[in-house]
Amino acid sequence: MARHRDFRNRTFSDDYDDDDVYGHSVEEDSCMSPSDAAQWIYDRSRNQQIQFLQNHNNIQEETEEDLADTSFSSQERRESIDLRSLNLDEEDEAKLMSCLDELRNVIGEAVADNILIQTVIKHNFDFSKSLDDILNRKTKEPEVPKPELVKPVVLIDPVKAPVITTVENTPKVVATNLEPKTVGVVKGFKVGQDGSSSSQPQTPRDQSPCTERLSKTEQVDEIKSTPKVKENKVDANALYVNERGSDKDHLYIVVIGHVDAGKSTLMGRLLCEMGEVSQKTLHKYEQESKKIGKQSFMYAWVLDETGEERVRGITMDVGRAQFETKTKRVIILDAPGHADFIPNMITGAGQADVALLVVDATRGEFESGFDLGGQTREHALLVRSLGVSQLAVAVNKLDTSNWSQERFNEITKKLKTFLKQAGFKDSDVTYVPCSGLTGENLVKSPTEAELLKWYNGPCLLDVIDKFNVPERPVSKPLRLSINDVYKGTGSGFCVAGRIENGVINKGDKVLVCPTKEMAEVRNISINEMPSNVAFAGDQVSVTLTGVDMQNVSVGYVLSDPIQQVPVTTRFEARIVVFNVKVPITKGFPVLIHHQSLVESANIVKLKALLNKSTGELVKKKPRCLGNNCVAVVEVEVCRPICVERYKDVKELGRVMLRVAGTTIAAGLVTDIVNT
Amino acid sequence: MKLVFKSIERDGCGSIGLIPEESEDMWHAYNLVAVGDAVTASTVRKVQTESSTGSSTSNRVRTTLTITVETIDFDTQACVLRLKGRNIVENQYVKMGAYHTLDLELNRKFTLQKPLWDSVALERVEMACDPAANADVAAVVMQEGLAHVCLITPSMTLVRSKIDITIPRKRKGFVQQHEKGLNKFYDAVMQAILRHVDFNIVKCVIVASPGFVKDQFFEYMMQQAVKTDNKLLIDNKSRFLLVKASSGFKHSLKEVLQEPAVMAKISDTKAASEVKLLENFYTMLQLEPAKAFYGKKHIERANEALAIEILMISDKLFRCQDIQQRKEYVALVDSVRENGGEVKIFSSMHVSGEQLDQLTGIAAVLRFPMPELEDSDAEGDSDSD
Ligand SMILES: Nc1nc2c(ncn2[C@@H]2O[C@H](COP(=O)(O)OP(=O)(O)OP(=O)(O)O)[C@@H](O)[C@H]2O)c(=O)[nH]1
Ligand SMILES: [Mg+2]
Repeated sequence: MARHRDFRNRTFSDDYDDDDVYGHSVEEDSCMSPSDAAQWIYDRSRNQQIQFLQNHNNIQEETEEDLADTSFSSQERRESIDLRSLNLDEEDEAKLMSCLDELRNVIGEAVADNILIQTVIKHNFDFSKSLDDILNRKTKEPEVPKPELVKPVVLIDPVKAPVITTVENTPKVVATNLEPKTVGVVKGFKVGQDGSSSSQPQTPRDQSPCTERLSKTEQVDEIKSTPKVKENKVDANALYVNERGSDKDHLYIVVIGHVDAGKSTLMGRLLCEMGEVSQKTLHKYEQESKKIGKQSFMYAWVLDETGEERVRGITMDVGRAQFETKTKRVIILDAPGHADFIPNMITGAGQADVALLVVDATRGEFESGFDLGGQTREHALLVRSLGVSQLAVAVNKLDTSNWSQERFNEITKKLKTFLKQAGFKDSDVTYVPCSGLTGENLVKSPTEAELLKWYNGPCLLDVIDKFNVPERPVSKPLRLSINDVYKGTGSGFCVAGRIENGVINKGDKVLVCPTKEMAEVRNISINEMPSNVAFAGDQVSVTLTGVDMQNVSVGYVLSDPIQQVPVTTRFEARIVVFNVKVPITKGFPVLIHHQSLVESANIVKLKALLNKSTGELVKKKPRCLGNNCVAVVEVEVCRPICVERYKDVKELGRVMLRVAGTTIAAGLVTDIVNT
Repeated sequence: MKLVFKSIERDGCGSIGLIPEESEDMWHAYNLVAVGDAVTASTVRKVQTESSTGSSTSNRVRTTLTITVETIDFDTQACVLRLKGRNIVENQYVKMGAYHTLDLELNRKFTLQKPLWDSVALERVEMACDPAANADVAAVVMQEGLAHVCLITPSMTLVRSKIDITIPRKRKGFVQQHEKGLNKFYDAVMQAILRHVDFNIVKCVIVASPGFVKDQFFEYMMQQAVKTDNKLLIDNKSRFLLVKASSGFKHSLKEVLQEPAVMAKISDTKAASEVKLLENFYTMLQLEPAKAFYGKKHIERANEALAIEILMISDKLFRCQDIQQRKEYVALVDSVRENGGEVKIFSSMHVSGEQLDQLTGIAAVLRFPMPELEDSDAEGDSDSD
């Protein structure tokens, strides 16, 4: 396919003329050269843009309620029975729910909720009788049509590209935002220019003929059936201003660092100081942690919630919590530090705008976390590769060194050198001395005499408050990457994830990719609060109907049904190789991490070795790739996945390659290869 | 595999009689039989007979047929080898030239006649008939939500079951869903072990994972075993071996096979030694790149210079349909040996063999550096898609 592509005529750096300008003061021995880093790392915070606020403040909010309503088919409506209408008391409702769960375990999702509910009530919550009844009824009328929309049937060949067969009845798509969202918004930044072109994925390369057909018919259908939707279309940016204009900005912080650096304790303590944890709860944690001899972890328990985590005293999956500062609503993602849980840490970092790196100042501990094999370096490199550019460093546990300035300086000096090499600008990194356990310098200026002698900088909370909130690409087509799938209460099920691009409204039809099934958004909640609409940058939970829970996995993407996310098994990426024990050759089996997705893949071609600083071609088809080199490779994933070219959607254009538990390279998708 | 007889002429043509005794032997047979060979085996054929009254009945009769092989199919899951070709020996029921498909069966003799028994084929016969090389191991590689239950025989790694379940993450106030999902997952893995691991054959069950998944799972399984009074699991508790792996994906088996604890138990398995060999190749590529090469072109040139110390070659290359190609590879193997080099034929059914296949199927570590090779382009190696 890409046989004999002439690399000489292609300057790879062209693809990356980005909005980033980096300081060029980085030492030569850096892992990534400055210009290189500039090309493949995107600064989320840079694009502060208030312009559209002024341009569109006179647009009125449109009612989305009736849009949502018209789009429900009557059948579908029946499917989701509102439990309230049954007038059950609490106990009966609980009985009903547990009965339903049991039934679902046995019969799966084959029978509609309302039938189940009616049967269960008829049998007075008796599980076995209801089951009998339902099974009998199933055999009696096996042809009961499933009360749901006809949806395209998608057969995915595990090896090759997706083969899409559409059922004769084309699906009816009712979406609220259909026009390519290039409406006259003045873009304050260059990325937007890429973005407007990228919102048309219907180039022959990106779309197989069948999907193209699919989307076209959808469009036609759309125009015929719901002209009203078009009139009511709300400009995404205007909607954003309307909904969020007066709110505090949302900021997502991932907390990273070596195992036992004190991340959870620091965050737990911070939440306590902010009044987010009740005295009662804290007292409970204190008593219970004492009981199992882990009292030093009482604050960590605020975030470490599973039994396993508490007993072992380590974080295993990302913990989540929120609080408000003067200007922001802050959502913290407490990542696990242990090397085994880096996949979870990557998921957390993928959702974050900024990062808080926690290091243990205890003599010997900082060193072991920072040396090769420690997670301090790997975490920092990972978040940088995932697009985070603003960093706060909490030099934690300084109580153990008696608040020694010397120790603080020693640590910051080492970190400065390293972080610069990793691609962080000096001015984007702030160092704060603190102690999570004693609560020193977290939300108030220090009180410790030793610290006061030499420190007069901000406390941790002030540093957090000063972070810049990045621009949210709300006007691009919807992309929501799923990182959790779970049962909610009531009908349907929930997926959680971050909206990378665009807007999602209650009642929207969305395409679940890579399987390309249509689903409907029943409910949205942002940080546990119900909402009618959510925007790029939000971490949301969405209740879906119209698809089976079994058919949705972590790593899937909810996409705009018209401007679809590309689905492929092969892509070309430009990678930066980290420190590797053995060189990368073709045929190298790796795990790719793409948002929350982890999938096994193979580096099938080494296309070109590039000069680290200029991006020029050094060698075509190199035999192998060693430490710290930059190269273009082709990756084949064993299942179709949703990826975007980096220049189209940055968040979906980044991949991490890992082997045997270490990160060997970070890459940017340069091309999607049709297979 | 049992060798019944062997009659090979001086010019290399001749036949060998073999009895496959276990499913692994089918894999060997698959690697032996080539298109154009003649195979004689007992088979069942449907025969139409017309009685004097004109009514016809159809009977199944067992008969011995000899066919020239035209297509070869190996079903890795069922370990069945299916050979299709034309009948070449006069038979009571089957006309000359009629098509028939032979399924080689366990414990039934078959005779393989080849125009040329080359060194690689003879070596395969020897290996197949070596009774010592028998150490079956089961391995479960897992991570939260993903597990592969595999059987490792001397020359095959068979994925018997893949469990892929989405487990809800922990979230504020909903910890139970996470724990419930985990239990469901552990249960599925346990069922897969019970279904696919035959404790009569398998000496050791490796459970490998990152973090504490393996320990949690093992604890869960043993609790369940006690609860349900599962004698099989309780009695075989000591055969489980918990080790570290970086993920639940199949190729993390490579790490598992290099764990000292595992090596000690299964030291003589081909799988483990192949992992080691490939690892050495990569280490050489890192330290002295001019002494490690892959791809037919480079390897041939290294061989011309008598430089090859260890040649690694995938058995896939010997199964290719093109007779000329096979000849070239056999000649290469023979020549490396003649010059004192070592040749390791990798099984493409093991994880490292899969990787070698992706790496052109052929690689070598040299005795002395050949930097001149590094600069020359290895065309034809890469663009084969
Ligand atoms: N002396 C002192 N000990 C601390 C401080 N912060 C945390 N610790 C202790 O360090 C240990 C680890 O704390 P955690 O908060 O669980 O560390 P973590 O970074 O979240 O660990 P993982 O999530 O497993 O990577 C606990 O025993 C804490 O009591 C501190 O400021 N001073
Ligand atoms: Mg923690």
